Parts: sequence; C-alpha cells; structure tokens
Amino acid sequence: MRFEPRGKVSILWTYASPVLAIGLTILGAGVIFWALGQAPGPAVATFLVAPLVQAGGLSALAIKAAPLIMMGAGLAVCYRASVWNIGAEGQFTLGAIFAAGFALAFPDLPGWLLYPATLLAGVIGGAAAAAIVAFLKSELNVNEILSSLMLTYVAQYLLIYLVTGPWRDPKGLGFPQTAMFSDGATTPIVVEGTGVHLGCVAALIAAIAMWALLSKSVLGFQLRVVGEAPRAARFAGFSERRLIWVALLASGGLAGLAGMFEVTGPIGQLTTDISPGYGFTAIIVAFLGRLHPIGAIFAGLLLALSYLGGDAAQIDLGLPNAVTSIFQGVLLFFLLACDVLILFRVRFGRPRGKPVGAAP
Amino acid sequence: MLQTTAVDDGPCLSLRGITKQFPGCLANDRVDLTVARNEIHALLGENGAGKSTLVKIIYGVMRPDAGEIVWRGERVAMQSPAHARRLGIGMVFQHFSLFESLTVAENVALGMNDRKARANLRERIVEISQKYGLPLSPDQTVHDLSVGERQRIEIVRCLLQNPRLLIMDEPTSVLTPQEVEKLFETLRRLASEGCSILYISHKLEEIRALCDTATIMRLGRVVAHCVPSEKSAKELAELMINAELDPPSRSRRARAEGAKPRLAVDNLSLKSPHPFGADLKAVGFAVSPGEILGVAGIAGNGQTELMDALTGEIPTDPKETIMLEGVAVGRSGPQRRRSLGACFVPEERNGHGAVGAMTLSENAFLTAGARRSLTRFGFVNQARSVDFAREIIRRFDVRSTGPKAQARALSGGNLQKFLVGREMMQSPGALIVNQPTWGVDAGAAAAIHRALADLAEQGAAVVIISQDLDEIFLVCDRIAVIAGGRLSPPIPVEEATIEQIGLVMGGAAAKDSGGAAAERQG
Amino acid sequence: MIFFLTAFFVSVTAASTPLLLAAVGELVAERSGVLNLGVEGMMLTGAVAGFVIGRLTGSAALGVMAATAGGAALSAIFAFLTLTLLSNQTAAGLALTIFGRGFSALMGAAYVGVKGPELPKLDAPGLSHIPFFGPVLFGQDPLVYASFAIVAGVAWFLYRTHAGLVLRAVGDSHDAAHAIGYPVNAIRLGATLFGGAMAGLAGGYMSLAYSPMWAENMTAGRGWIALALVVFATWRPAWLLGGAYLFGAIMYLSLYVQGLGVAIPSPFISALPYVVTVVVLAIISRDRRRIRLNQPACLGKPFYAGA
Repeated sequence: MRFEPRGKVSILWTYASPVLAIGLTILGAGVIFWALGQAPGPAVATFLVAPLVQAGGLSALAIKAAPLIMMGAGLAVCYRASVWNIGAEGQFTLGAIFAAGFALAFPDLPGWLLYPATLLAGVIGGAAAAAIVAFLKSELNVNEILSSLMLTYVAQYLLIYLVTGPWRDPKGLGFPQTAMFSDGATTPIVVEGTGVHLGCVAALIAAIAMWALLSKSVLGFQLRVVGEAPRAARFAGFSERRLIWVALLASGGLAGLAGMFEVTGPIGQLTTDISPGYGFTAIIVAFLGRLHPIGAIFAGLLLALSYLGGDAAQIDLGLPNAVTSIFQGVLLFFLLACDVLILFRVRFGRPRGKPVGAAP
Repeated sequence: MLQTTAVDDGPCLSLRGITKQFPGCLANDRVDLTVARNEIHALLGENGAGKSTLVKIIYGVMRPDAGEIVWRGERVAMQSPAHARRLGIGMVFQHFSLFESLTVAENVALGMNDRKARANLRERIVEISQKYGLPLSPDQTVHDLSVGERQRIEIVRCLLQNPRLLIMDEPTSVLTPQEVEKLFETLRRLASEGCSILYISHKLEEIRALCDTATIMRLGRVVAHCVPSEKSAKELAELMINAELDPPSRSRRARAEGAKPRLAVDNLSLKSPHPFGADLKAVGFAVSPGEILGVAGIAGNGQTELMDALTGEIPTDPKETIMLEGVAVGRSGPQRRRSLGACFVPEERNGHGAVGAMTLSENAFLTAGARRSLTRFGFVNQARSVDFAREIIRRFDVRSTGPKAQARALSGGNLQKFLVGREMMQSPGALIVNQPTWGVDAGAAAAIHRALADLAEQGAAVVIISQDLDEIFLVCDRIAVIAGGRLSPPIPVEEATIEQIGLVMGGAAAKDSGGAAAERQG
Repeated sequence: MIFFLTAFFVSVTAASTPLLLAAVGELVAERSGVLNLGVEGMMLTGAVAGFVIGRLTGSAALGVMAATAGGAALSAIFAFLTLTLLSNQTAAGLALTIFGRGFSALMGAAYVGVKGPELPKLDAPGLSHIPFFGPVLFGQDPLVYASFAIVAGVAWFLYRTHAGLVLRAVGDSHDAAHAIGYPVNAIRLGATLFGGAMAGLAGGYMSLAYSPMWAENMTAGRGWIALALVVFATWRPAWLLGGAYLFGAIMYLSLYVQGLGVAIPSPFISALPYVVTVVVLAIISRDRRRIRLNQPACLGKPFYAGA
C-alpha cells in the first residue's frame, strides 16, 4: 500500500474523513466489546443507540453536549491559530471555582444581579487560567502544551483544597463539597420538564459567535493567518503576541463559562468531581469538527453520546465506564488516520516504472 | 589519488531514452545524454526543463519510468545514492545536504557509507581540501561557515570517495565571481585527472568559459547538443528558450535635482535575529521618486535582515534610521508603513508574501486591506476583496482558476505576478522587492521587469534586492552592493562593471569566514 | 541522621527513576525529530501491562518485560500515524494519552487494590550493609542500575557511534539525510519505539517497584513532566540525569513534608512538582537562542519523501 500525493486538498475527503472515522470506530467498539465478552451488536446498540431512544435521552444528550460544544468551539479557534491549548480542563475548573466563589460569597443578592455576575466570574476564571499560559508563551517562550497541562493539575489541587477546606459545607456531613448555590445563582432550565438549561443554548450561541469571528471578522482572519503562516502574519503587520492572547483568552474564557454552567446548572454546587474529563474530550471535539466552530456542534453531540453510552455500558453491561475513554481515543486515532486521504491517494501494489537497466 | 584507468575508451556515462512522469508533468521525455571521459559536460536549461529530475535519476534518488543507464560500458540499475556513490558517482546538490549543528568532519562522515573509508577522516579532509584549493577545518560547526565554505564541504565529501563522475547542480548561484574562478580551476584539474564533470547551470557565460560540450534541455526533452565555446551566449539562450526575449526598453531616468527622497535609510545597524544570519552594519541609502535602486549581493549577506527592517517586521532604533515620506518609521510596524505608501514583495512567496492554503482574494486582503478599503466595521468585505483579486489577475495576466483559487495551486511565476500586482495596484509611493524574478520563467520575468519600469515611470521609488546581477544591470538606475551586512555607496549603473561589483561582493566574503563569524559571537 | 539521609537518597532515587527512564526515551525520539506527546499514555499502558502480567505470572521480571513491550506497542501506533500517515504529531500524541488512560483503566479495573509482585532489591553480601553507602549504592532494585546504564548507553550511542550521528543528523535536517540516502522513517521508527519502550518501562517501574500496585492514572502527570525534562536538559543526556533527580527530590520532599503534618495544606504540596515544572520551563525557555541552537531543527515536522 502506498500513498501518492494528490497535489491539492480534497474537499470531498475533508468532510468524508470524519464520517469514515466514525464508522471505523463503531466497528472498533464492536471488537472491544467482543473482547470484553459481550455480543458486539447489542453492546454497540446499548452504547450508541439506547441512550438516544430512551426517555429523556435527547435532553440528556443536550445537557452533556453543552460544555463539550462550548469548549470545542473555543478550542477550534485557538487551534486554528496554531496555539495548542491543552489545558481546557484546568480552565474549566478555575471558571467553576471563580463562579462558585462568587455565588457562595453573595448568595442573597437579587438574581438579576447575582447570576450575570456569577457568569462573568466564570468567564474571568477560565480566562485567568489561560492568561497565565499566554503570558508564559508570549513573554517567556514556554511551550503552551506543557504549561497548560501543568496548570490543569494545579487547578485540580486548588479545587480539592477549597472543597475539602475553607469552602466545605459545614452541614454537608464532611463530604468534599460546598453548600448548594442559592436560586439566584442557579442556571435556569429552558425546556420545561427536562434538564435542558441555559448553558445548552449558550453553547450554540458560542459556536455561532466563534464561527462569525473566525470566518468573517478581521481578527479571525488574523488568527487564521498566524496559524497557517506566522511569517506572513508578521509581514502583514499582525501582532503575533496579541493574537496568542486573543486565542487563549477566548478558549479559556469559554472553558470557564462551560465550567460555570456545569456547577450552577446540573451539579448545583462545587465538588471535587465536576468534570469527567470534558476538557480533554473537547480537544477531540475540536478535531472531529475539523477545527470549525459549527463542526464542533455535531462533534460535541457525538462525543456526548459516548459519555452517555459509557454510563449505559456500566449500568446495563457491567463494564467499567473507561469504555468511554477508549472510544474517544480510538475515534481520534481513526480520524487522524483517515485524514491522510485529504492530501494523499491510496494505491496498492508496486510503484509503476521499470527499474533502470532491466530488460524491457 | 584519482587515477585514469584505461579500461576502455568508451564514454564515462551514457543515458538512453530516459523518461520520467510526475502527476501532471512529463519531467523527462526520452532523454539521451553522453558524458565522455575527462570531459566537462554542461547540462543547460531553464527552470523546469527537467535537469534536476535527470540528475536525481543518475544519482539513484529516483527511478525512471523507462530508459537505461550505461556506466563505464555496463548497464546498471541505480538502486540508491549509496549505490551510485559505490559506483563512483558523486553529486554536489544545489541545496546543500548539510547538518547545521554538526561539525565539518561529522558532515563528511555522514556522506560516506563505508566504515573503512571513515578512518583517519580528519587528516584526509585536511589533505584533500588543501590539495584542491578548498581549505577546510574539520572541527568547525557548519552553522559558523559561509555559503562558499559550505559548498567546499559538499565537494570534499564527494572527492574523498574517488569519484569518476562529479555532478554539480547550479554550483555558482551562491559564489562571488572570484570564488567561481577558483571553483573552475578545481573542476578543470579534476577533469584532467580522470573525473568527468556533469555541470548543470543556466548561466551561459560560465558554461561557455568552462565546459567542453553541452546538452540543452527544454520542457523535458533534449533540444540540442553543441560545443558551447563555439556559440554565442545569445545563440545558447535562444536554444534554451526558443523565444525572442523582449527586454524592457528603458530610458535611464535622470534623477530630478533636489527631489526629496521617498525612502531614506541612515546608519542602520541591526543584530540578526536568526542564529545563522548576517548583522547589518551602518547601512545607508536614499531613493528618490521615479528611481530604481538595485541592491546586489549573494544570499546570506544581510538581504533578509534589510528587507525585514524595511517592512517593519524588525523594529529599528532610533526611529529616524528609516524615513518614509519624511516620517520617521523605524519603530512602526508594517501596517503603519503601508499607510504611508510603502509596499513590499518579500523573497519567499509561499509562507511569507502569501498564505499558500488561502485563496487569492484572501491573500489580496492580506496586505491591501487598508489601502484598498476592504474592511467594514471590523469585518472583511468579501465582495470587494474578490473584486480586487480579480482585477489583479486580469491586469497582470495571472494564470489561475480565479480569485477563489488557492495560492499554492499557482505556479511560481504566476504567484509572483499576483504578489507583485497586488502591491503595485495599491499605488505605492515606494515599492521594495526582494528577488523579483527568482524561480520565475523568462516570460513572467520580462513582464515583471516591464511592470517595475512602468511603476518608476509613474513616479514611485523602487528598490530591487537581487542576486541576479544581469537583472540589476537591466532594470536599475543605480546599484549598491550588500556584503557581510554592509552596503556600498550606490553608484549609477553606467559607471559600474560586473568585475568591480564582484570584487566588492568577494572582498567582504573573504573576510566573512573569520571576521563576521567572530563578530557574530560577540 | 544517617538513617534519614539514607532513606532520603534511596527514596529520591526511586522517585527519579521513572522520570529518568521516560525522559531518556523521549530524548532519543526527539533527537530524531519526533515529538511524542503520548508519554503519559505509554507509561500508563506499561504500568498496567507490567502489573497484570506480573500478577498473573507471579514474576516481576516478566512484568517488566511486558511493561516495556506495552509501551513500545502503543508507540508503534503513534509511529504509524505520524510517519506513515503523516498525521499532526501533536494530535496523535494527545490521542495516545487519551487512549492510554482509557485502555489502562479498563485493563486494570479488576486489579485495583490488589497486591502484585515486587521487584527485589539488590542484596550484595557485605556491601549492602555499609551504613549509608550500602543501601544507596548497592541496595537498589535492578531498574535503578539499569536506568543509569541506559542513560550512559544513550550518551555513548549519540555521541560516539556512527549510528547515533545519523540519528542526530535526521533530527537536524531530514531532507538532507534523505538526500544522502538514509532511511529517515526507519530511523524515526526505531527511535520512537525506543521511546515507547522506555516510557513503558518507567510505568512498569511505578507499578512494580515504586508503589507497587495499580491505581487508575497512577502516573499522575509524570509523563508530562518527563517531556518538560527533555526541554530542561536541552536534549542532552547528562543534564537529563540532573534534572530527573532534581524533580525526584521535589516529588519525594512533597510526600515527606505532608507526612510531617506541616501546617501547609496537603493539596498545595501535591501541586508543588507541577508548579516547579512550569517555573523551570520558564527559566530555560526564555533563552530563545539557546533553545534554538540545541533543539533538533526538525522536531515535530512531518517528513515527506520525494516532495
């Protein structure tokens, strides 16, 4: 098997590659289930289909997808600028911490004041975490992958400290959690009878806003140029330093906002366990969505499904819910593999052309 | 060292019917080539004629689709460069295969497969390099060396393996005229001692001076075979291009007396940000409206740094160092300089002047956003950008599928025409171009020269930085030479001769390996 | 006092060894131009493979071999994606980490809290009992000695052999190496597999000697610290030794201080190694010139043959 360069980018395969990757991943999931002693067909159905068709499935999907879409759209913008922010998880955590801090400090403020302020606190928290990464990269030339990763661990320890120490709910029987937030700081439900909350709507708005930023605005153009050809960006007079800050603050702020919605919405309080790795999954969302904010919507829905599927596999099949991580990892593998078809053609057999000097 | 073995009197190398097809391009079309013993054989042709592909086939880097290679009387199938080296073929590439962070001795060792041959390497390097007039010190790190010295490593690496055929791909594009003479002496000596030379170039005068025979290629085919010294340069050129060239008729403009310079550079000194770059030292010149100034020089002598300083990619202190329309812009970025009427075409098209993955209309927006009012309330005005790109394509005859074509889909010449057009259509007061026709075919080059002349005619001040002395003498009014980061005082072109310019280029280059390298450490 | 110092040095060695092993493997890979961010995933895979095989066979030695093989196998996937399919190395490395975490959690689910075989410590008659020097120099488990041997071996390989020179050349300019005729992808594959094997071995050390047991995500970011160590050492093996031991000391100290019941809250101390990593990176990286001169010029760049 060989790869022959196409000489140009294949538009067809830019969109077909994720579809093929998803298909291969489903097959792969079947194999994994079979290796774990399950009948592959029904297991895959439990994992991917059942969560959708059961009662309340679609709203569960929307709720799960909200942070993924919001963070995925932000990361898409960041990655298009070739700034590899891997610390969305830490920015999510710090956003949740800031939002919770504000909500716990002023629980009796009127809702119309408390809620927007809490929301803003969440954004600021995420942006602050990202600002450290931006400062380290633009002033001290520190690789953003390593610094954002390290800060994720630091944020997690900060969360543990706050929730087991100063912010622990005195009436909480010693569990590592804060008090429940007051009504003024709780994210409202937007669809009656379900858990679908404001954050789900905000996620869609965020994706559209990021798309408009990236494709239509001058700032978005500058981000794309700096990601594709940094030297051309300098030639055009775009400030690389400023764009690094923009990319990180945008993706960090959105991650913080996602954190805020999670703890003021579905969870309702701050605990040590506010994210099953949303920040890392959001990275996959960004890539699966072709680094396009609108693509992040569809990718976010699919990856949210993998979380629901993992829970279903745990409950109905008795499997550890690490199957979610495996599914996500395998999906990313297949996506990267299928992406080769965008720039290359597959050819089987030996290369054409007689070797020199051989008999004709 | 190199012995002449009289095994048989037949040719050293013989190619018959070599054919190679790439997607969309027939690089070699039934090519026949014969190199005799003790001969210096030229392979002549323009960019894209198929010369590089042919020699890669000879050197085993790629296999032909059809045809045969006969080496010293025997048919061979070249498996790899290592195989070619074992047979006695050496190659000095146009773009050196050197490893910057390693020493001379390590670089030479990497080119030699045979373990025994690597014994006593350092002594042998010194011996061979001195014998053939290519002095080298084995323990120097490559990134400290000048381009001419780096080429010596490549040559010595080949010579240490006792080649019978030495292929040289465009060897003189990076040398001063004096270094070229030294190289020719070395090559003549090698040929007389039994190592044939296959010399690839498009420099007609050099081929006439050096080579015994020539094979001329055009568009993948052999079109002629001759003895170069029996032909004039013009006849050789016509064989290469087969088109009547239309040199731009240009009346040498008299500089308007008392005209205020559009662009003035005064005492510009700059430490190069590149680890292996050249620092600028007290560079100064001024360009008046309607004048074309040429900055001649071999690559690596500060052109990149000068261009970056002029575009504003590198700020300079004090800001009066660079004055544009009487405004001190040393600390201003490219966007401010563009707003004052300066436009630029950098050396590198894809990745610097343009973003390869973006469309032509997006690339048009890249620099013209402000001057052509292509934005609206912070958003890109797509429609106007597309129109602007279309206009450029039309006026400058850019072959493409339209404004939505990706920049990297265009050929080098067409992309260059687009970029030059993009800048010219912003009606600049000053235009600075670095290597305007590098890698561009003759037709597009002529069009660009015409456009530059027209622009000056309309009153713009133009600066051309170029490695091609012929181009500078053709188009420019005044000429200055950049060497070792210093700029010679500009003189009118009529008063300059090629030898003189070459000496200025060479004088600094000789100092470069000692002085400049030491200065760079400090 | 002697007792404290002995315990200190022995424990620091134990804490530093996995960092050293993972980092030296990554150093070789990066010297050939491959940036493999999946070290954490490979370490976890090695840890779980080593523990499971060790427990099933009862042999720590077999566990170690399984760990090495596990890390190498995962790195083979990375090599296929990035060398053959020319994928983005950053994304592929992340995929490796995410997959490695999930895979190891899945495989190890049945083994959490279970006791596994332990690597024996060296017990040289007489020598091991000399106060202080005995346990520190002669009383460590075999992988500690192996780690020093490997680092020395890598240094010798890179700077004293032709093969090591070729590897460095590939990392400096893969186009030039290809033009000369060296098999760039084969060399990078070898370097990547070595990196994976070392990361796997480091993980195996954690589950068979350091802890010794299996817990989900037990490497707790050591793989990322190993990546930072390679930058800190500016890609030179000797400096790697110093860096790994510095970090090992910090990690051990943070555990020790927590044990003392000092007034500082334990999460802050646990976070210390990560904070120190960032600080160290900041100090090293700000000298851009130094980084540029020492960093393999082709690091992370995909190689297109025949381009």
